[in-house]
Amino acid sequence: MSAKTLYDKLWDSHLVQQRDDGSALIYIDLQLLHEVTSPQAFEGLRLAGRQPWRVSGSLATPDHNVPTTKKERIDGVDGIEDPVSKIQVTTLDDNCNEFGITEFNMKDIRQGIVHVVGPEQGATLPGMTVVCGDSHTSTHGAFGALAHGIGTSEVEHVLATQCLVQKKNRNMLVRVDGELSPWVSAKDVVLAIIGAIGTAGGTGYAIEFGGTGIQSLSMEGRMTVCNMAIEAGARVGLIAVDDTTLEYVKGRPYAPKGEQWNMAVEAWRDLVSDADAQFDEVVVLKAEDIKPQVTWGTSPEMVIAIDEPIPRPEDQKDAVTKEGYARAWKYMGLEGKTTLADVILDRVFIGSCTNSRIEDLRIAAQVVKGRKVASSLKQAIVVPGSGLVKAQAEKEGLHEVFEAAGLEWREPGCSMCLAMNADKLGNGEHCASTSNRNFEGRQGFGGRTHLVSPAMAAAAAIAGHFVDVNELVKH
Amino acid sequence: MRPFTKHTGLAAPLDLANVDTDMIIPKQFLKSIKRTGFGKNLFDELRYQDEGQPDQECTGRPLRDEFVLNQARYAGASVLLARHNFGCGSSREHAPWALDDYGFRSIIAPSFADIFFNNCFKNGLLPIVLQAEEVDQLFAEVTAKEGSEITVDLAAQTVTSPSGAEFTFSVDDFRKHCLLNGLDDIGLTLQEESHIRRYEEKRMNEAPWLFMSRGE
Repeated sequence: MSAKTLYDKLWDSHLVQQRDDGSALIYIDLQLLHEVTSPQAFEGLRLAGRQPWRVSGSLATPDHNVPTTKKERIDGVDGIEDPVSKIQVTTLDDNCNEFGITEFNMKDIRQGIVHVVGPEQGATLPGMTVVCGDSHTSTHGAFGALAHGIGTSEVEHVLATQCLVQKKNRNMLVRVDGELSPWVSAKDVVLAIIGAIGTAGGTGYAIEFGGTGIQSLSMEGRMTVCNMAIEAGARVGLIAVDDTTLEYVKGRPYAPKGEQWNMAVEAWRDLVSDADAQFDEVVVLKAEDIKPQVTWGTSPEMVIAIDEPIPRPEDQKDAVTKEGYARAWKYMGLEGKTTLADVILDRVFIGSCTNSRIEDLRIAAQVVKGRKVASSLKQAIVVPGSGLVKAQAEKEGLHEVFEAAGLEWREPGCSMCLAMNADKLGNGEHCASTSNRNFEGRQGFGGRTHLVSPAMAAAAAIAGHFVDVNELVKH
Repeated sequence: MRPFTKHTGLAAPLDLANVDTDMIIPKQFLKSIKRTGFGKNLFDELRYQDEGQPDQECTGRPLRDEFVLNQARYAGASVLLARHNFGCGSSREHAPWALDDYGFRSIIAPSFADIFFNNCFKNGLLPIVLQAEEVDQLFAEVTAKEGSEITVDLAAQTVTSPSGAEFTFSVDDFRKHCLLNGLDDIGLTLQEESHIRRYEEKRMNEAPWLFMSRGE
């Protein structure tokens, strides 16, 4: 038999039916649901008089709309002040009740961002197919699972059939060789990869991330890398299963136990690309070359190392790039600035499905400990990814470290990553954000987002502008 | 789903690469639990000077005159010409819903983001990939002459430019079949129920942990 990539193996093990026209029916093991992209899917089921194929194949939690202040959270869904958000969250509760789908609602300590909750509960397991009406579903690929975002019509399709009609992607390997430098994190790695291949570089591919620079990452770090595969255009990001994966999964509430655990581990050990597997495309980066990254523009590919000058439109050769850069310069208000240290920050956001896990919070706390947030900042907020991340952080006293430094400690949710709740940027405000998208208006109308790692966001909060975290921690 | 067979309509050129789904429909409009009514907020931040709110009446809002869809000559456009990587970013199906609700039937670009591309087919909206030079030619022709129409023929897999130049495009057989006939693909998949059941039985033996109840 010919050698297979990890993606090939996952595809083959979920193939229900290969059709003559080139499309295929793929079985979906887990669908994660949240309030924004599911209401129309449930409505579709109802209109067609259909029932979910298998309710244990779904898990739901509200995340996008939920408020993050204590005041608005104390009464669960009843406390949401925005009436439109409240309807959406209530609709998710009602739909899950009606169809018998397990939901971690706003009063459940397990509630949080779907992409934090799934792995945390062991609902996401190696070798699974995982989908969600959210493009950052690629996150779950960190477990050697085939995971990708879908639209609402497909959410309905999976609810009704537990399958999707798919066409196979091509295989890409992105290898990061060597050892990462101090304070260089998974976020810097993935931003550097996007900078190298562009936001459409992975379109049509499933990207497997490999090499020592990836293998050395914790599961939290691996999730950060796979999370942003979509920002490189790839719906699917993958990392092979190893001991780090198994150690993370073992003992989680939904993880197999006893004899089933042994059986699962035996199957999961095969979730690696064969040594002689062929990839359609291979990209190699040197870990040592990667420095702390900061985005300067309105696309994740508009990214530079902290010590680099901001690239200027007039230096670009390609006409479309030149125009795109000019538009980004104007939107981001970069005129008269040469480096990102020149950008005065208004807000700092530490959170999102990219960087709101316990490890992210520990690193940020380590940077701000014993320091004070710059007085020029209007706000710096830390939003844990789930109720359980929040509880763990509080057990470790991280919330006290943040609050002593002048950062706000919030309740779990997507928050300022996409500003569907009250947490948003004002027009023209600059934000150091650990989220995943710096598109125009993403964090609020006219808001200016700079994507960074938790360590770099924490350093920026202290300095009031971007600074190499290595420099900051020296003092 | 509404079928798509052949369509001739006024084309509007959106000359911007990497148009993301946040641009197509900003997040504040995603709070709706319906599939319709997004057209008035299509490209909201490119189209209007102020920040749009859900359920707001849009007729009196100040427009950005330079934006292509605000120009009188493109009123009633149903074919959108776009650039590289159109529809990148979030998986929100509200993006094709908004384009459809506004009146677009087809989008032509040199490349699309995967999830957006896929979502279009579920909504009777046809995304077409043409060579970059062909898209350039369409941009040039449409910009040069007011009232320029483009014809899209899905059965023949051709795009006809205002001057009569014909370009061919490729489309997956399954997607073409569903779109031409306006088929609901859930219904089609459920015809394969026995295959799904058989697959599940096999998997329950191989990997029983995948079928555990979620409990409380």
